[in-house]
Amino acid sequence: MGHYLSITEEQRKEMLEAIGLDSLDGMYAGAPSDLVLKRELDLPSGRSELGVLREMEALASKNRVFPTVFRGAGAYRHYIPAVVSSVSAKETFLTSYTPYQSEISQGILQAIFEYQTMICQLTGMDVSNASVYDGATAAAEALTMCRDRKRAKALVSSCANPEVIKVMRTYCWAANAEMLLIPEKDGLTDKEALRAMLDGSVACVYIAQPNFYGLIEDAPTIGQIAHENGARFIMGVNPIAAALLKTPGECGADIAVGEGQPLGMPLSFGGPYLGFMASTGAMMRKLPGRIVGETSDSEGNRAFVLTLQAREQHIRREKASSNICSNEALCALTAAVYMAVMGPGGIRSAAQQCASKAHYMAKLISDIPGFGLRFSGEFFHEFVTECPVDTGKLMATLEENGILGGLPLPDGGILWCTTEMNTKDEIDALVRLVREGKRV
Amino acid sequence: MKLLFEKSAVGRGSTILPECDVPEYIFSSELSRQKAVPLPELSENDVSRHYSELERRAYGVNNGFYPLGSCTMKYNPKINEKTAALSGFTDVHPLQPESTVRGALEVLSTAEKLLCEITGMDAMTLQPAAGAHGEFTGMLLIKKYHELRGEGKKRTKVIVPDSAHGTNPATAVMGGMTVVSIPSGEDGCVDLEMLRAAVGEDTAGLMLTNPNTLGIFDKNILEITKIVHEAGGLAYYDGANLNAIMGVVRPGDMGFDCVHLNLHKTFSTPHGGGGPGGGAVGCKAFLSPYLPEPQISPFSGQGPVNEDCPQSVGKVKAFYGNFLVIVRALTYILTLGREGIPDAAKHAVLSANYLKKRLSEKYTMAFGGTCMHEFVMTLERESKERGVSAMDIAKSLLDRGIHPPTMYFPLIVHEALMAEPTETESKETLDEAADLFLAVYDEAMADPEKAHLRPLSAAIRRPDEVEAARNPRLRWKPAEL
Repeated sequence: MGHYLSITEEQRKEMLEAIGLDSLDGMYAGAPSDLVLKRELDLPSGRSELGVLREMEALASKNRVFPTVFRGAGAYRHYIPAVVSSVSAKETFLTSYTPYQSEISQGILQAIFEYQTMICQLTGMDVSNASVYDGATAAAEALTMCRDRKRAKALVSSCANPEVIKVMRTYCWAANAEMLLIPEKDGLTDKEALRAMLDGSVACVYIAQPNFYGLIEDAPTIGQIAHENGARFIMGVNPIAAALLKTPGECGADIAVGEGQPLGMPLSFGGPYLGFMASTGAMMRKLPGRIVGETSDSEGNRAFVLTLQAREQHIRREKASSNICSNEALCALTAAVYMAVMGPGGIRSAAQQCASKAHYMAKLISDIPGFGLRFSGEFFHEFVTECPVDTGKLMATLEENGILGGLPLPDGGILWCTTEMNTKDEIDALVRLVREGKRV
Repeated sequence: MKLLFEKSAVGRGSTILPECDVPEYIFSSELSRQKAVPLPELSENDVSRHYSELERRAYGVNNGFYPLGSCTMKYNPKINEKTAALSGFTDVHPLQPESTVRGALEVLSTAEKLLCEITGMDAMTLQPAAGAHGEFTGMLLIKKYHELRGEGKKRTKVIVPDSAHGTNPATAVMGGMTVVSIPSGEDGCVDLEMLRAAVGEDTAGLMLTNPNTLGIFDKNILEITKIVHEAGGLAYYDGANLNAIMGVVRPGDMGFDCVHLNLHKTFSTPHGGGGPGGGAVGCKAFLSPYLPEPQISPFSGQGPVNEDCPQSVGKVKAFYGNFLVIVRALTYILTLGREGIPDAAKHAVLSANYLKKRLSEKYTMAFGGTCMHEFVMTLERESKERGVSAMDIAKSLLDRGIHPPTMYFPLIVHEALMAEPTETESKETLDEAADLFLAVYDEAMADPEKAHLRPLSAAIRRPDEVEAARNPRLRWKPAEL
């Protein structure tokens, strides 16, 4: 059997003797005896490292890794610079706990402080927390930040990612709070419908930028409409798109949240990812989760600590702003390394290439009869086309050619995505296959 | 130490991406941000060295003894990292067709099955991303249960002992419930009379950690869950302390209806400086239709992934959970197997009792007798008589190269230090640590003033936390702004 114990048989006897017991089982005398298992667990027998490695490799090989991916919809395949993986695999970063003991945790605390700074730079917001579980829970927590006794209702764009909407719905149901969807018009949040839905009971308005269909929302106007009616404005942003597009800060957002996975995290079948949350200074004390602050030590040296802890569960218990405890610290560190090595030019280039390739591909695909673009609005790196043939068959053809195609939508369209990873040759090959597939 | 931003120089950078091979698409200025993201400009060497320096200013399980109570800082096996880095796991999209992710689904269903057996539950979800997220999910199962029985409006009170983790009451509130806190008895366990007085027609459930945060197995556990059930409530098991009992006693057999596990504690996945974690939630069969969607367990009976879950509480996280954390935990469970799982628990308890025995020479234990995987010391007397606080002992330990125990928790013990050595430490490590704990005690009692100044040899001296909270500086800004 495999194990990671360090106590020898001889030492076990010595230790038992020291505590005045003659068997390990004697330590459980405090538990009712009919509760103590009289049988072995029904688990496989333990095994060696090499044995387990082989078993896990066999499982991994049952998954198919596509060399070419045109699917996004909330999880994006970007290039991960070599130094990112090298830093995030450092053993001390990996194996340390939440930095409660600040004197020996300055490395973790500073890394998070730098991450918080870069999230502010990216979003144009004043403050950031140290991360939450993922983009969807970040959005759900943002709704909670805005609720009070008078204003409890959340208005959420129906053009946001359906996974995110589902999670927000769960959190609102949990808190006995109302959440309504703002209708879609031409693939965008319907501003007139929004105007009609606003009243004194609305706490906040949430939109995604770009939205689920890849389209760029008129965020400044939506923010203005929300604010005119006394509601907060929350933007869920793609962090790569944020390097090019008007920032949430410039759009007047009170809170910016998003899925940080594009900042150096692999697809990993959906996790671990990174929920980032940033806000205006005015909403700072409503932010959930850990926040790192700069201060000085008793000698006047620069020092970092977990701060504003009066918001948190371990101090406030039932009055806390959230129950969050563990977050995604290592993913936040990963994102910080990614942003540091990409720099202002690199992240702009990644964003620019995503958008340029999407527009190149959209033009070619939409020229194929029946594959027209569903919406006419400006888009970033995702777009929806119609599909005149059976999407299942088309996807199967692409898969035979090593391509994970766009995401088939329930109503028959396809949501395509490109990133800097897709070469012109790949795009051209895809377009050829789609054109041929159409003839089949 | 300088920040990344203070090492930046205009024009410095790396060459990560090739030139774009399609025509550039330009967004109108109306859509574009006014200025480029003001990230630092650094060479790859700058970045690499910066993080090496930060790593030296941090402390992980691989650096030394880490008896942080309630956090189960056991050794994080390296094979887990190797399996979690397999391309077949890292490079699959969560929205790939089912036929192309059979291995990933098998990882999930196998982990669910094995964790059900370990906890004595019938069904499991791996969607929650951390322990508190698992608590939230469990609370939603309870909420849904009452709602579908038409008692949702009535049953809104959640009973939480005063020894509980802060996440428990915070979770209950996130679930739209109100909290009834009950004081612990003299022995640190649930006071049955208090519990009987607290339950009623408004009881949604009880949240309980067993062994509790004092490291004591509650001998009345069957009576406790019975009292809650008879009142019409459900019993929720906080799995933070499962490491003491896995393979020996099962929450399901204690009468609990649902449970969360911390994969990053009990199942050896690394804490990563605060996360990511994994917060599996198990439940009895009658609660399984309410588990988050999609459900992968065999209960769905509709193929590997069941998206059609009309009674589900909904999604608590995008996609399937922290998948690579689950891969690590499965690797660990398969390595230990049916022999290794209970053996790990028993050695964790042995280590705790041995360390407790050694430290009892000087330290006052909050509770005597055999403990489970952790124990709580109190510096109440030392604090009153000599001004030596739990904080002083903890900070003095930093100067000796040991991560201190958890300070000031549980709240019901004054000047508490809570130590959890785990099963992966050797007797030599425990003995050396015990010697240092005892030396630190004598030293602090002899010279309290000096103890207040410690640590003296860490990266920084004690930080001014009051200043940090009063005048928050939460990001770097360039000097001119």
